[in-house]
Amino acid sequence: MLRIWRRIGRLAASLLALALAVIWVFPVYWMVNSSFLPNTKLSAATPAFLPFGGSLTNFKLVFTHGNFGAALKMSLIITGITVVFTLLFAFLAALAISRYKFKGRRSFVLAVLFIQMLPAEGLFLAQYTMIRDMGLMNTGLLNTVIGVSLIYIAAVVPFTVWMLRGFVAGIPADLEEAAMVDGLSRTKAFFRITFPLLAPGLVASGVYAFLQAWNEFTVALVLLNQENKTLPLWLRSFVQQSSQHEIDWGQVMAASTLVAVPVIIFFLFVQGRMTSGLVAGAVKG
Amino acid sequence: MTSHSPEAGQSGKTSAAGTSRLAAPDAAGSSDAQGNGASAVRLRKRAGRTGRAHRSGRGRTFRWTPYLLIAPAVGILLLALAYPIGWQLVTSFKEFGLAQQFGQPAEFNGLDNYIKIVTTGETWMVVVRSVVFCLVNAFLTVAAGTALATLMNAVPKAVRLILQVALLLAWSMPVVAVMTVWNWLFDWNHGTINWLLVQAGAEGYSRHNWLENPLSFYGVATVIIVWMSVPFVAFSMYAALTQVSGEVLEAAQIDGANAWQRFKGIVVPMVRPVLMIVLLLQIIWDLRVFTQIRMLQDRGSFPSETDLLGTYIYREGVGASHFGMAAAMSVFVLLITMVAAWPYVRSLMKEETI
Repeated sequence: MLRIWRRIGRLAASLLALALAVIWVFPVYWMVNSSFLPNTKLSAATPAFLPFGGSLTNFKLVFTHGNFGAALKMSLIITGITVVFTLLFAFLAALAISRYKFKGRRSFVLAVLFIQMLPAEGLFLAQYTMIRDMGLMNTGLLNTVIGVSLIYIAAVVPFTVWMLRGFVAGIPADLEEAAMVDGLSRTKAFFRITFPLLAPGLVASGVYAFLQAWNEFTVALVLLNQENKTLPLWLRSFVQQSSQHEIDWGQVMAASTLVAVPVIIFFLFVQGRMTSGLVAGAVKG
Repeated sequence: MTSHSPEAGQSGKTSAAGTSRLAAPDAAGSSDAQGNGASAVRLRKRAGRTGRAHRSGRGRTFRWTPYLLIAPAVGILLLALAYPIGWQLVTSFKEFGLAQQFGQPAEFNGLDNYIKIVTTGETWMVVVRSVVFCLVNAFLTVAAGTALATLMNAVPKAVRLILQVALLLAWSMPVVAVMTVWNWLFDWNHGTINWLLVQAGAEGYSRHNWLENPLSFYGVATVIIVWMSVPFVAFSMYAALTQVSGEVLEAAQIDGANAWQRFKGIVVPMVRPVLMIVLLLQIIWDLRVFTQIRMLQDRGSFPSETDLLGTYIYREGVGASHFGMAAAMSVFVLLITMVAAWPYVRSLMKEETI
């Protein structure tokens, strides 16, 4: 008897889990589904739950209409700069805190930890006036890119240092030393032995920086003007433009699918690292 | 301790102690009779250094290498974070409006901005709304996430995988895309939510505008924020739950502990640290919501009725150029965040690796 009840309980739990899975996946599915459908279908009395009769027209319209290309380019440039400099700065700092003991090391690590908690939303005002006073706002593409990248790098570096620190610390310096005993120079030993072992960490941190810069909205909204939009800003103004008439949800969903898909792919790739990094302290303790 | 610098010898690890003992005779010969604490330390340092240099070949590294390595990171953090924080702090004590924007010197006005915040109805409302909104969202998110994690732990592997993939997909959506989709789902005219409600028999929801009434506006924002924040909580809590050893639970069962006792006595203490940190992070994140509120306001609601701290600061500062006031509000956000973040930082500090 008890066994039957337990069976029923397990079945109910499974059904509940599946129902919740549907709730969580539905908006994502709905975005992709709607992106293939013409507006006439989307505004019909009964929603179209499957993309029957769908086409790529919405995507074509998004590509040709407006300045998707320019926004994509802007996003790629800013994200690229952010990723490269973040990795460089964070890697050097991670090397310092995991391979050296120096005065101020503890304060630096604490600062890195604490800064992660600072809200950009409580700082954007000061960052706005600073970037403006430095002449890095709305004074040409180059300056604008530098201004935004500056803020992004500073926002991502702390967490990246934290993440890379774990990787560097995980590689015993003895390995490098053993290679040196075998006759490699210090630099060679580093690049042949340590660097390949660090590669996964660098890739994970790089993807993290990519996601942050690619998705960022607030700072971009504050610092960028109409001509130099990144993709999130572009998506927002695309929706706003569309809603001046009867909003074309099909096109809007195609636009947001275009912004979301690269992110989803990259995210699935680094998710494990990000979670473990964020709660590392607690899980390990 | 993974440090391999010369100074590591001070920390008295066994290897360093060994080498310093080895090096002691000749070092003692050079500075014998001094015998005070400082020279003893110096001595051990030098001993440690020579010993290490032998062992690891790191003796050549200069003491300023680590400082050079952290210099770029420190530089950019000072420039893009420390300076703005300083500016914000100073400006929050100044009269800084449109006139000052155009070159008039900004005068210090003491606590005027803060007094204005406390005495003005609107700012006070924004603060209260934000704090309530933040707490409600954080607790709902953590409760839902924990429930999902428990469920993940209870179902067969295949079902768990489906649920995890669904959560991962939701988690990976960029926030701007999330807002766009939910605006479509909650659309007053052709939105799927209204359609579902009408199908379920609630006729009144045909062409219902969810964003008109501030309370309903916050309800929608809560649904969206909980939806997008739960996956992180669920995965973290699931990771914590899997750390709870089945053997220990079994042993407790054999000893006669019932399900509730096992949960309270074994599971809760094991997952508590993760739960606390996740809750803290959620509170910090929910206090600073900006994009979600801003993009819901885009769909037609009065900012003055629906503003939270983030959008209010944006409107006051960037929009209306009331920098002094907005800076004071920002300082308030920073203060709350720091107070809330402190336990998290401390718990990480307790790790021996720092």
